[in-house]
Amino acid sequence: MSMYVDMILGGVFHAAVVFLVAAGLQLVFGVQKIVNLACGSFYALGAYFGITAVAGAAAMGLPSVVVLPVLLAAGLAIGLIGLPVERLLRTVYRRDESHQLLLTFGLLLVFQDVMRFLWGPTPLTLDNAYLAYGTAEFAGVRVPTYNLLVIAASIAIAAGLGLFLQRTRTGRIIRATAENREMSEGLGVNSNRVFAAVFTVGCMLGTVGGALVVPASAASLEMSVELVVEAFAVVVIGGLGSMRGAMAGALIVGLIRAVAIMVLPEAEILSIYVVVIAVLILRPAGLFGKAMA
Amino acid sequence: MSAPHIVESTALARPAAEASRASGLWAFLVIVAAMAALPFFASTYTLTLMVPFFALAIALLGFNLLFGYTGLLSFGHAMFLSIGAYSAAVMTSKLGILSFELILLVSIAASVIIAVPVGFLCVRYTRIFFGMLTLAFGMLFHSVLYKFYGITGGDQGMRVLRPLLFGMEFEGGKTAFLTGPFYYYALGLLTALGLLMWRIVRSPFGLHLQAIRENAQKASYLGVEVTRMRLSAYVISGVYGGIGGAILAITIGLADPEIVYWTQSGNLVFMAVLGGSGAFIGPVVGSLAFVLLQDMVMSVTQYWRFVMGAVLILLVVFFPGGLSGIAGGLFTRFKRGS
Repeated sequence: MSMYVDMILGGVFHAAVVFLVAAGLQLVFGVQKIVNLACGSFYALGAYFGITAVAGAAAMGLPSVVVLPVLLAAGLAIGLIGLPVERLLRTVYRRDESHQLLLTFGLLLVFQDVMRFLWGPTPLTLDNAYLAYGTAEFAGVRVPTYNLLVIAASIAIAAGLGLFLQRTRTGRIIRATAENREMSEGLGVNSNRVFAAVFTVGCMLGTVGGALVVPASAASLEMSVELVVEAFAVVVIGGLGSMRGAMAGALIVGLIRAVAIMVLPEAEILSIYVVVIAVLILRPAGLFGKAMA
Repeated sequence: MSAPHIVESTALARPAAEASRASGLWAFLVIVAAMAALPFFASTYTLTLMVPFFALAIALLGFNLLFGYTGLLSFGHAMFLSIGAYSAAVMTSKLGILSFELILLVSIAASVIIAVPVGFLCVRYTRIFFGMLTLAFGMLFHSVLYKFYGITGGDQGMRVLRPLLFGMEFEGGKTAFLTGPFYYYALGLLTALGLLMWRIVRSPFGLHLQAIRENAQKASYLGVEVTRMRLSAYVISGVYGGIGGAILAITIGLADPEIVYWTQSGNLVFMAVLGGSGAFIGPVVGSLAFVLLQDMVMSVTQYWRFVMGAVLILLVVFFPGGLSGIAGGLFTRFKRGS
């Protein structure tokens, strides 16, 4: 019994992190109609910058309990890199999809070497921070409290994002711009500013996701390209552009991985693609996606 | 000529104007002739770079039938490179069959066997969904090759032994083989497959594909069997990819899962856009430029990804028509000026 709880919690923790990155991908796709391959870079960037920030906080003599807020702040701060990146992407908004994909692919390559230059080729870890919060008893299993905190943070971010998009004035403007850019411009919306803000928020979701994961796993240069395919899997399963879909997709991917690791480790990654292909064949718009032409 | 700006001005330079022009064939033949003459004056090192170029050019000619002519962007085309590469590996090191002609036949057969069901599922979608589905299949392949250690050698890959060409064995070291007989063999394949592709894109079938790209609905009203044509294009492009993969594996001497990772598929798209997907010669120019550029950058700095990524960004932003688009633009300007 406890084995299963352990497995499910591991899967949900993974899902909580992947959800953040996938939510960023969905937001940008929903509004700008761009599939951003560089979302993996933002994730890795958040992870590296988070480690640097925690090291800085430790050097200042702050207690290790501040790790989580420091990581959150670091993720939000480095997420501002979305502003200049959006300026670059602006050149291809009205272009062919292949060009948009290639531009973000180019960004992915550039970022990978920028991180290699700044933080070196060997993976970095942040292991002592993990223990700062101790462990907690959950349904008869001892789990690191940090994992539970991250799951809670991810749920809070998801709820906050949903409320923001559905209930606030700015959220309505964003959704209107996503629906019809020309019409909302005609009604006085500055769509350039909306796009810049949306992309930056999308970027921040990725960087925060990366920052939150470092106490549990190392920051490495490969994490960017590895996460891209996982985030892709999540949005395909859930449906492109749908936030609810990102949540469901992240849970499915996280749990499948957790089960596969225990039952058949060879099929860990394989099982995800099998589900992706099955979804694309049976329900190409994804579980929560709108039907498309 | 009228309408000189077509190639330059559209976002994705459309082959419609370029494809039917004979200049594409001439440019191809000029490059082939230059490659045939190259061993007489170029260094051995340059020649070892050219064989991967032939392999990639073949794969990209097929890729561009799908991308440039049919309008379907595959983000998992490296899958076919791996099918060719692993066919060569299984044939030479597991079964002990060294005849390169047989290896090619097996690569072609394996590509067709995989391309038909995968293509059948993929070509029902277009645009970003086609790209994502092909990406998923490519990564499915990668994880099979990577994780099932017993059959595929896992991340170590499988060795690819030196094959026999026309049943003949060659003396000398590996480099002598690759820059001598195998060089001309691969160049011969590129020439034959390039001429075949020239026939394909100018045939009624090729024109159907271009009609589908411009307007699939209209094409289907006019009696074009859209799905069947797309599937045929996918299978043909897969076969070209498989042949390219077999050649590539022999030059490397190894088939490993890296060849099918999604970034490799991204590189294929990079090469296609670098050369200019709007022109028949684009894939050949693009793969040559990519191989030379990558080699040059890698010899200068360990941060070659940065440079390649920056080149890609500049290319997409400023020269979406690729190298052949730039050349075409200069050509029309020159013609107007004289």
